[in-house]
Amino acid sequence: MAKYLLLKHYRGAPNPVNDVPMDQWTPEEISAHLRYMRDYAARLEATGEYVGGDALAPEGTWVRYDGEGRPPVTDGPFAETKDLIAGWMIIDVDSYDRALELAAELSAAPAAGGKPLQEWLELRPLMSAPPTVSE
Amino acid sequence: MTLDATLLRGLTPGVLGILVRRGADFAAAEDAVQDALVEAVRVWPANPPRDPKGWLVTAAWRKFLDATRSEAARRRREDHVEDQPPPGEASSTDDTLQLYFLCAHPSLTPSSAVALTLRAVGGLTTRQIAEAYLVPEPTMAQRISRAKRTVSGVRFDQPGDVATVLRVLYLVFNEGYSGDVDLAAEAIRLTRQLATAIDHPEVSGLLALMLLHHARRASRTTPDGALVPLAEQDRTRWDTAAITEGVAILRAALARDRLGEFQAQAAIAALHADAPTAGETDWPQIVEWYDELVALTDSPVVRLNRAVALGEADGARAGLAALAPLDDTLPRYTAASAYLTERAGDLTAAAALYTEAAGRATSTAERDHLTRQAARLNTRSG
Repeated sequence: MAKYLLLKHYRGAPNPVNDVPMDQWTPEEISAHLRYMRDYAARLEATGEYVGGDALAPEGTWVRYDGEGRPPVTDGPFAETKDLIAGWMIIDVDSYDRALELAAELSAAPAAGGKPLQEWLELRPLMSAPPTVSE
Repeated sequence: MTLDATLLRGLTPGVLGILVRRGADFAAAEDAVQDALVEAVRVWPANPPRDPKGWLVTAAWRKFLDATRSEAARRRREDHVEDQPPPGEASSTDDTLQLYFLCAHPSLTPSSAVALTLRAVGGLTTRQIAEAYLVPEPTMAQRISRAKRTVSGVRFDQPGDVATVLRVLYLVFNEGYSGDVDLAAEAIRLTRQLATAIDHPEVSGLLALMLLHHARRASRTTPDGALVPLAEQDRTRWDTAAITEGVAILRAALARDRLGEFQAQAAIAALHADAPTAGETDWPQIVEWYDELVALTDSPVVRLNRAVALGEADGARAGLAALAPLDDTLPRYTAASAYLTERAGDLTAAAALYTEAAGRATSTAERDHLTRQAARLNTRSG
């Protein structure tokens, strides 16, 4: 019983094995890819392992506090920022191995030529509550 | 009448057991009992029944029959009922026990067993369980219905292994998030109920362990949620009634001379509870109990805890020596190493270890505690 965050990157992850940019796939390949993603989330709901997820717009803004009575300072987006997150999903699973299995399943989404994309996904454990029995 | 929800939920396993013995399949019976509980909450405040359990059985059975689609099926089941002997008191205890076995069946994953136990034995709603484990309600509903399908082929009167039940109850107690439902208190209630259904020293051991840890709950965190280590806890805030009860249950269990993991863990908790101040803790005896635990479980986590206890009994160097051969990727290995290193007097190394341990913590409360320890050493004067 542990929650994990699955992160999909626009940029910053190592290149996928099937490394063809999406704008060079056929429209049917794109549809098949998106359908796989939807079915994947539905499957996780059915197994009782889905907590939440969203896709993120690629363009964001950096914001910081700038002192009492002053408006927040904004900056960016920075084209050179290494890491750009495309979407997230949180799963609640019985083991780390199960989390790996599910991440691999998502990474197998079909891409160019109908072959699995084999993209790299980032898997991060969520902090849990501290256990009651600790000594 | 004020409706005591806990009392109401205490009737759940008995009612469910009766339905199953009357021939209802487990999944449908469980749904029917949930519906009857909802109706009881609505109806009882204005019209309290004279026989609450009888009322629930009648209501749940009606819900079950309503849920069966065709009149033919209904008649067949009603005829079937006439053949059943009326369930007596003795079988109610057996039913409760069978329900624990079913909900902790080895074919279930731990999270499924926990969810099913809380619903079918504990009488909690799917929404309450979902909120307690911070997952959406539809996800928890799916988890529970899959669990029910998984055990649907298991015969209700098949004897189970009490150890699997204890593991599930321990998970509920130990890994619960804090929410609307007090999972630790619920785990204690369910373990207490199990102890009345089966006479087993490890059930007593687990109940004692839970009571002894629960007794310290108020002193374990500050009002803003920061962890307070055992040695720094305000012992006047410990629940002495719960400690007394836990110790008595543990004594009776140990007297039967069938030692198990939970009794040994409870014995350690009892020795902590027994010390008027942290300085008066009987560490040598705690180390002996850890030796028993190592013999029983051969768990690396137990060896780690033993090393810390040894550090208190025989000095930090002895603790570090016991820690050295263990796998340094064990949870809390670095935290234990930091603590013992500080006690051994190497404050600079200890500060670095606390920082490293904070980076490996799996809960924010532990991470923040360890970061504070590092900061305390890094900012010390002189």
